[in-house]
Amino acid sequence: MLRVAQSIPVVVGVVIISFLLTRALPGDPAVYFAGVTADAESIEQTRVAMGLDKPLTQQFFIYVGDLLQGDLGQSLSSGRSVAEDLAKRLPASLELTLTALLLAIAIAVPLGVLAATRPGTWVDHLCRVVVTAGVSLPTFFTGILLIYIFYYLLGVAPSPLGRLDFIYLDPDHVTGFYLIDAALMGDWETWRGAAKQLFLPATTLALFTLAPVARMTRASMLTALSSDFIRTARAVGLSSRTVLFRYAFRNALLPVVTTLGMVFSFALGANVLVEKVFAWPGIGSYAVDALVVSDYAAVQGFVLAMALLFVALNLVIDLLYTAIDPRIGFSSK
Amino acid sequence: MTDVLPKPVVKTQGKFDHIFYVLRANPVTMIAFGMFGLLIFSAIFGPSLVPYDPLATNATNALQPPSWDHWFGTDNVGRDVFSRVIVATRLDLSISVAAVALSFVVGSILGCIAGYWGGWPDIILNRFLDTIMAFPLFVLAMGIVAALGNTIENIIYATAIINMPFYARLVRAEVNIRRDAGFARAAKLAGNSDIRVLAFHIFPNALPPMMVQVSLNLGWAILNAAGLSFIGLGVSPPTAEWGIMVAEGANFIVSGEWWLAVFPGLWLMIAVFTFNLLGDGLRDIVDPRKRT
Repeated sequence: MLRVAQSIPVVVGVVIISFLLTRALPGDPAVYFAGVTADAESIEQTRVAMGLDKPLTQQFFIYVGDLLQGDLGQSLSSGRSVAEDLAKRLPASLELTLTALLLAIAIAVPLGVLAATRPGTWVDHLCRVVVTAGVSLPTFFTGILLIYIFYYLLGVAPSPLGRLDFIYLDPDHVTGFYLIDAALMGDWETWRGAAKQLFLPATTLALFTLAPVARMTRASMLTALSSDFIRTARAVGLSSRTVLFRYAFRNALLPVVTTLGMVFSFALGANVLVEKVFAWPGIGSYAVDALVVSDYAAVQGFVLAMALLFVALNLVIDLLYTAIDPRIGFSSK
Repeated sequence: MTDVLPKPVVKTQGKFDHIFYVLRANPVTMIAFGMFGLLIFSAIFGPSLVPYDPLATNATNALQPPSWDHWFGTDNVGRDVFSRVIVATRLDLSISVAAVALSFVVGSILGCIAGYWGGWPDIILNRFLDTIMAFPLFVLAMGIVAALGNTIENIIYATAIINMPFYARLVRAEVNIRRDAGFARAAKLAGNSDIRVLAFHIFPNALPPMMVQVSLNLGWAILNAAGLSFIGLGVSPPTAEWGIMVAEGANFIVSGEWWLAVFPGLWLMIAVFTFNLLGDGLRDIVDPRKRT
């Protein structure tokens, strides 16, 4: 509970910054929201209607009040409320990001462990190359390269347009995650179609995120393996499997989980670019489309939503610590 | 406070020996230095050396694959991709260098104040940095550019703001541990003012780790700026810039004209790769224990 309370100042700060971003629109927001054909009178009306004639602090409280009711303003391009738009598109982004993270962890953690147990071998060198190349690859470039290879040259991937090919019907909306929804319906044909669409964007994002995870796994495994309790465990004749997984790996896991928080921040940012490349209908491509037509309410709503998502995730990660390492208790702090 | 930056850290003979020793042991860092030199060279002399005008269109010669005349091929309006890629180096490097310099200066000043005097400025700074770090950084940069307006300067400010916390945190920690060190107290007793002690006696100690951070951050800054222009922020189309060139080339990749997007993307990757290698190499020199 204490940890939940600790994130409150951060949330307040996030809200303040996104308020300032909304009010820092280029030019006069009233002129902008009144539309291109507005005359001086209707601009003034818009100003009063939006509460822009009130002092800044009062405006801030109005803004917070709106937020508490889940009101992020109107999107100019879609005509619906921003909150509604974001809620509709969020599952697509989450499905992509989480699949990519799982994929990255599934590759990076074994790679890091292998590299740490066999320093100086080809696994170690492979790990180093992957790590350095991974952080240097611009995600949008990797995505385009993958499209070229797997769609144009090999022809094994479907065309990079959205979550599902038009020959399939969308699965019933339960969670919004197509893979889960299709599985719930027992419609494996659609499931395969969705998985195929998901594969390239998720790989792109995973390539980018696995580098820091692999690097941290390797480093913390090396530290754990060279510590005294491992030497003792070996000396008393425990099997190398027990030593590796039960003693070294569990101790090495903590810094890896910490890195995951940072990696998630990267992933959310890179998500925007990947969604743009693959025309993925998530909140990232929504924000990019909104940017192009200067739909500021939508962009700021997106920024706020991403920040709150990230704060929530960091909370989950902190709570995970206690599960991994019982020595860390929040009551003792 | 910033005028101490050019002041060289006093190096002894032993330090040079150490640098050469580390460089010999790690040829990759040497290659990184070479690539860095090449990047700087093409940023400075590139525009006057390239074979074609990066903006000159030639409709009869559009979408040609790479050949001896056009090493990287030509784009959809017949511009030479090689010339554009090389000319773009200057713009991309300037954006990231300007952004990193800005966050270096602002971060150092804030970090010095918070680390040396502590108290409420320290608390406020930490809260503020926590808040910035609570945003996914690329998303925050998007929001800032959207709010301030779509110009190159604002791309620089946005990139500087999202990188600033790393510097402020680093300087704050380095200054804080030396605040009461013997040499700092001695300098204070000798009659130096607080600012002078801070700027000339304490801050220079933070420079080596800062250099590592600068090198790594330059890579991020290039990626960040290219990413922003990829989604249509900042640099506007006819200008040669790596992110925009990849974005324009992306439309042709599904029909097989790969050279439009691949070469600028490759160059972008090489630039980021260079700065990352350089950062790792510098870290080996500055702090061999942190090697991972």
